[in-house]
Amino acid sequence: MPSFLFYIFAAITLGFGLNVILARNPVTSALSLAVSFVGLAALFISLDAYFIGIIQILVYTGAVMVLFLFIIMLLDIQKEEAKRANLAAVVGGVILAVVLTLQVASVLGVFKEGAVSTKDRALSLQTASKLEEVAQVKTIQKDLEAGTLPDAKLMGMMLFERYGFHLQAIGLILLVGTVGVVVLSKRETPSKPAI
Amino acid sequence: MITLNHYLFVSGALFALGLAGVVIRRNIIIIFMCLEMMLSAANLALVGFSRFRVTDGLPDYAAQSLVFFTITVAAAEVAVGLAVIVALYRTRQSVEVDTITRMQG
Repeated sequence: MPSFLFYIFAAITLGFGLNVILARNPVTSALSLAVSFVGLAALFISLDAYFIGIIQILVYTGAVMVLFLFIIMLLDIQKEEAKRANLAAVVGGVILAVVLTLQVASVLGVFKEGAVSTKDRALSLQTASKLEEVAQVKTIQKDLEAGTLPDAKLMGMMLFERYGFHLQAIGLILLVGTVGVVVLSKRETPSKPAI
Repeated sequence: MITLNHYLFVSGALFALGLAGVVIRRNIIIIFMCLEMMLSAANLALVGFSRFRVTDGLPDYAAQSLVFFTITVAAAEVAVGLAVIVALYRTRQSVEVDTITRMQG
């Protein structure tokens, strides 16, 4: 990826992320977060993680942020935005963020292993197509020999072969979450008086 | 030239933004959004490390599997969290964290 695209998408991600905190209107915050996540998905795709990038857009911007917007509009919390922010919290939060960013920057300044570009760590698809576990799945091998990265297929192979149990556990978590939401949002109805 | 450190810095800055949002804002829905932002920042670091740890000519898909699981758990967490917020709003008629002080000693 050309480096100016990285800077554009990083600026979108961080700029709209900042707008989430600054905006007084919760709807503006939610929409900014959605745009920020789209920028983040572009960064994922620039790292050759096509599947994760698409999932990020589908799940976060498509489902999660719509859920947030739905709740904001359901609760009608527009009227509460007039109050002033707590000054101590603002100062504390800004200091915390600046210190954390400077700390990350100083660590990365001496992190020599991180000073590698994607060209230094190029993927060699021809080498990968000769792997034993890849050779068992013909469609992946064909893609690799043709010189394209079958990202979703490789993710699927990884998830279903090595992390099959974890996948089932995640399904159970989603089921429990769904049941929990139904239980939480059920109104406590007064029991009918016995006749 | 874009290096791994660039991605890690963006990840750290996004995490710092989310942390600042959690501390500064008092609207519980905004706080929840900032939590999502911090989760995504961690995902960016994971995907970055995955791409730069090339094994047998392919990215490290173990890290990307972890990102997949994180996104799924985050989706479940959002559903439950928003249900809790709605239940809270029903009893208190407010989403400001300052008004929820019953457990204060």
